[in-house]
Amino acid sequence: MAHRKKPKLAVWKFSSCDGCQLSLLDCEDDLLAVADEVHISYFLEATRKIEKGPYDVSLVEGSVTTPHDIKRIKDVRKNSKILVSIGACATAGGIQALKNFAKVKDYIACVYAHPEYIDTLTTSTPISDHVTVDFELRGCPIDRGQLLEVLNATLNGRKPNIPNHSQCVECKRNGVVCRMVAAGTPCLGPVTQAGCGSLCPGRDRGCFGCFGPMETPNTASLAKHIGELGKDGRDVQRLFRNFNSGAEAFRKESESHG
Amino acid sequence: MTEGAVQLDEAGLDGLIQALRRKGRRVIGPKWADDAIVNDEISGVADLPAGWGDELEGGRYRLVRRDDGALFGYTLTAQGWKRVLHPPAVTLFSAAKTADGYALTPAAAEPAPMAFLGVRACEIAAIAAQVQVFETDPGHQARRNAALIIAVECGRAGATCFCASMGTGPAVTGGYDIKLVELEGRRFIAQAGSAAGAEILAELNAPAAAAVSQNPAMGRLMAAETARSLSEFAEHPRWDEVAKRCLACGNCTMVCPTCFCTTVEDQTSLTGDTASRVRRWDSCFSVEFSYIHGGAVRTQGRSRYRQWITHKLSSWHTQFGRSGCTGCGRCIVWCPVGIDITEEVRAIDATREGR
Repeated sequence: MAHRKKPKLAVWKFSSCDGCQLSLLDCEDDLLAVADEVHISYFLEATRKIEKGPYDVSLVEGSVTTPHDIKRIKDVRKNSKILVSIGACATAGGIQALKNFAKVKDYIACVYAHPEYIDTLTTSTPISDHVTVDFELRGCPIDRGQLLEVLNATLNGRKPNIPNHSQCVECKRNGVVCRMVAAGTPCLGPVTQAGCGSLCPGRDRGCFGCFGPMETPNTASLAKHIGELGKDGRDVQRLFRNFNSGAEAFRKESESHG
Repeated sequence: MTEGAVQLDEAGLDGLIQALRRKGRRVIGPKWADDAIVNDEISGVADLPAGWGDELEGGRYRLVRRDDGALFGYTLTAQGWKRVLHPPAVTLFSAAKTADGYALTPAAAEPAPMAFLGVRACEIAAIAAQVQVFETDPGHQARRNAALIIAVECGRAGATCFCASMGTGPAVTGGYDIKLVELEGRRFIAQAGSAAGAEILAELNAPAAAAVSQNPAMGRLMAAETARSLSEFAEHPRWDEVAKRCLACGNCTMVCPTCFCTTVEDQTSLTGDTASRVRRWDSCFSVEFSYIHGGAVRTQGRSRYRQWITHKLSSWHTQFGRSGCTGCGRCIVWCPVGIDITEEVRAIDATREGR
């Protein structure tokens, strides 16, 4: 069968832990199949070999936290036909967006012996705050099945099968018994986008909201219910201030508790 | 067919399960798992959730110990038989590129024979309702035909049960192959409802007994008249009230034994040489579900909740000549914030405005 031209793939890192990039390396056998279909041009986690752009597809991990990041993401955008932001950092600012609720100077003074060397923004923001993003893949970390689906859909010119509905739909499809209803465990599943494969609810934990807000999150109703389960305002605030505290719906809800 | 009820003790019930298994049927019945009773494959009476009962309320499910050791002392399994008959994902067909086009492979072959153990009266009604919905779906009909129904009449109703209001229970009156009534001390009265059921019971050589029936009191009531005409109250202020609580999470539609909505996804291999079309459970609570060219029709929470409940209780009559609700109460129990379908109808029934 005639082979299509291999698109050039680049994988970029901003403020992040590298976990989402590692999800691509973790694809194991599937990674070999991906490597057959794309030409990896820039992926420092995998190889030191660097090829110049432009690139057909860029996967962008991490959030924007420094002035240098802003310049760099604009260059990436300029050199990429399709830009997919991957993970909670790139799509919502990540765990480091907690600094958006605090005074950054105080943090820096606590951590660094010479704060004067640190050049950072006061906020951690998603890639889409700075450049146009073609697709946002959620998760902390992203689900490798969903990553393969986005690459697969891009290669085959179709829309990725990545739903925006609640985690509850995925739990029910998977036959996972609801932790909140059957055990009274606080759970962000009803306001969180599906995609993790019921990782926590399937192991007797409530959802931590790693995949960020679902399409129409009624956070106020859920927060009220979690309060009725015995959690105080500070607990509710902490639930919403996790890996996706920078996502608007979670940020707003967190600000009405404490 | 109803003549000749027999009595089974615990060993006799195990004999029934083993007889079904010997006939090559996969027996699916109630099991304890993850703080709930769920349907799963069972290999004998020892797998049954002996001594477990449940407390059901809006948004709350708790297993509790019963002191009588009953095998079917719970009300309902967390998700019903829909998981088996209308599975969460079904591959409709697959296709592969060939030198001169493509070749289609149709969906999977005949399902293996099964037996459903512990089917409640409301569930028999739900199975019939989905058989009607999927009238033209050969896969669904084949799965239904592959299943023998071993019903168990309810000894008690949960606080969220209202099958009596919907005319589907609590008595098991038809649609079964074998009906069981559990008596004290893990004894059962078994009665055949079909030739297949009679044949299996005859093999057990169990002593004859008088047929019995149970009639537990309901936990809830549905205002039936208003439920049936609910579509007329499209502008009732209650829709805004319920939308404030509704999470649009879709749990009610997932656990509803008659909700049938699906989405269809096309999947491809990475190389694009093979593809398959998969049908998955979807929910009218998702925005995407009402997407048509130009945008979603039901963007607001109120319109999505209204769509679900009016279809279930009212326009289902127009579409299928019956209500889509069997009164099982699962939507009440498994709604994380405990929205109660009977309470919502009562609120509209109280004022009957917004026509």
